Amino acid sequence: MSSTSGTIADTKRILVFSTDAISDPGIDLAGSAHMHYPTGVRVLPVPCSSGIKPDWILYALQSGFDGVFIAACGGDCPHLSDCSARTGAIVRRAQELLKEAGISPKRVKMSGICSVCAEAFVAHMENFQKELASLEA
Amino acid sequence: MSNETHADKPVSRAPKIGVFVCHCGGNIADYVDVEAVARAVADEPGVYLSRDQVFSCSDAAQQDMIDVITADQLDGIVIASCSPKLHMHTFRNMAGRGGMNPYQYVHVNLREQCAWAHRNDREAATRKAIALVRAGIAKCRLTRPLEPITLKTTPAAMVIGAGITGLRSALALSDLGIQVHLVEKSEHVGGYVGQWHALFPDDVDGNRLVSELMEQIRRRDNITVYTGAEVVDKSGVVGGFTLTIRRSNGETETVQAGAVIVATGTELYQPAAGEFGWGHPRVTTLDAFKRHAESASDGTLTWDGTPVRTVAYIYCVGNRQKKSASCPNPNTYCGRYCCSATVHTSAWISRRFPQVRQYHLFRDMRAYGRNELLYEEARNAGAVFIRYGEDDPPVVSSEGNDRVSVTVKDQLTGGETLEIPADLLVLVTGPVPARNESLQQILKLPLSKEGFFKEIHLKLRPVETVIDGVFIAGSCQSPKNLEESASSGLAAVSKAAALLLKGSVNKEPLIARVNPEACAWCGQCDAACPYGAIECVNENGREVARVIESLCKGEGACVPVCPKDAVFVEGCTDDQIRGMIRSLAEDPEPARQEAQA
Repeated sequence: MSSTSGTIADTKRILVFSTDAISDPGIDLAGSAHMHYPTGVRVLPVPCSSGIKPDWILYALQSGFDGVFIAACGGDCPHLSDCSARTGAIVRRAQELLKEAGISPKRVKMSGICSVCAEAFVAHMENFQKELASLEA
Repeated sequence: MSNETHADKPVSRAPKIGVFVCHCGGNIADYVDVEAVARAVADEPGVYLSRDQVFSCSDAAQQDMIDVITADQLDGIVIASCSPKLHMHTFRNMAGRGGMNPYQYVHVNLREQCAWAHRNDREAATRKAIALVRAGIAKCRLTRPLEPITLKTTPAAMVIGAGITGLRSALALSDLGIQVHLVEKSEHVGGYVGQWHALFPDDVDGNRLVSELMEQIRRRDNITVYTGAEVVDKSGVVGGFTLTIRRSNGETETVQAGAVIVATGTELYQPAAGEFGWGHPRVTTLDAFKRHAESASDGTLTWDGTPVRTVAYIYCVGNRQKKSASCPNPNTYCGRYCCSATVHTSAWISRRFPQVRQYHLFRDMRAYGRNELLYEEARNAGAVFIRYGEDDPPVVSSEGNDRVSVTVKDQLTGGETLEIPADLLVLVTGPVPARNESLQQILKLPLSKEGFFKEIHLKLRPVETVIDGVFIAGSCQSPKNLEESASSGLAAVSKAAALLLKGSVNKEPLIARVNPEACAWCGQCDAACPYGAIECVNENGREVARVIESLCKGEGACVPVCPKDAVFVEGCTDDQIRGMIRSLAEDPEPARQEAQA
């Protein structure tokens, strides 16, 4: 789906929705610890993963991203005890939208990323890169 | 914050945005071509000027930015620097000092989420940096001025729970001149501490401690104590709660308080029938044993009228449990106070009843800090300590009505099986969350996965909760000893007093909003909101949703559930997010530097 060009050619473009209080600090920590992940990973922080609109996910994939990863608050959410369930419902609705638009629902993923989950985040990015590459193989 | 804003500037003209890209010394500039980034975004729509700075957070750089904001009457600024966790508030305040609306400042994370994560590819990192800054500019173009929500505060606080934490907190609030309503569910104050005498580490009498605190409280004009009373209703918000108290005789009373400190304490684990012999007349708990031994008037320790010569203790009963068929909902946490309390009790028994033999069956000895000395004292006095393994708990069998026998594999002697006949078996039961469902519902407090009240941040915001103005202290938050409970009570007092004594409290205006024209009131946003922050109002003859500013937390759970796309969170509007997505999806070519040989 992406118009592969220049140095980004070997990496997939992934839009990451992070959350201000929980997963964004976890992603910061990956940088602070000098862990590397591909430059095609772009992070857009929002207050909480329960507030992400499914159409934003569709829009990202139509705008040139190969995949959307929701770095959810998970069980650490300071706002909602059922944040994961709500975010999961948003992902399912997004996957329906993707199917209708003829886009593989595998292009959206979610996982709880805690405020110290730097290694988990980097591993998710590496795996998602491979999964997205295999979708086009 | 300055009240002087650019009020005179025309609202309709195109926004003027200043962009500042920070080198962070070499932290960003070593991995990203910062100057190329500043050049590449200079022609973005709305950008009036774009500069790079060595350290945007330095006083000199901040003054430069303030000068530019003032001289050029900027509407918005974008600073691409470190993580927003470090300097978002620094720069937001700086923007305010420059006379700009602080909420038209946008922070871009170029250090943690770009430079440091891509140290191996300067060119690609620079491209990404340009995309990130463009996304910030796209967001900034669509910001609008926001004013903080100001709420007045009532200089009164409610403390719920008159255990040691609540009593100490009430006095500290009173010292600061804050009116206190101290509400206790039971007829007596003091909680567990008030029922015990000698307490670790220094044998201070808990019962007397409570009496002394109550004596001081009675002398204070600004503390009202309600015993046999429960909080049955709460309305209002931080700074101005209205709380209804119901006494045991059914009478209710309504009080005003600007803040609430919850200090409802803990309960002790109740063993299940047959658990380590529970139900046998010679099996008791540490709490009951302690109260019994302290009430013994002469020099002999007896139980049911017969002398006790041998006492065995089993530690970690009801705490540090593992999930199994017989224990589907384990209490996995450590009770924290119990090891210290048991070695202290043992040393105390040895002093008072030297003829009593004591056997301690423990898993790990967690008598930390100076309580280590009590462990030493207990051992020196002759108590025997036997370590059992997590998967090999002691087995208790009855030896008639006056005796039990405990069989244990001693890990310290390489797994030798020991059989200990005991006149009395003491189960060291740890703290478990108190059952406070109604209070939890009324205050809308979140629980941790262990079932205790949950703080915002365990380390950095340990007494604040997501409900503004409601604080937690003592063992209702997690197992704590007396000293730790009092400390957390005083921490909660200082947080509560800090907001009450200021007279008013400012709340971030980054909350949900409803577009009334698009709304057709279906109630889904209301159902999605855990804070009761949505109300249905009549606007021009139509029922529409409205956000109650003071209650909204701005997490946006109401946003994706709206079938009409009528709800948004300030700073994350549909247009802003879509604009950012478009910019982030690009992989822009850095502008070549001109006139360089």
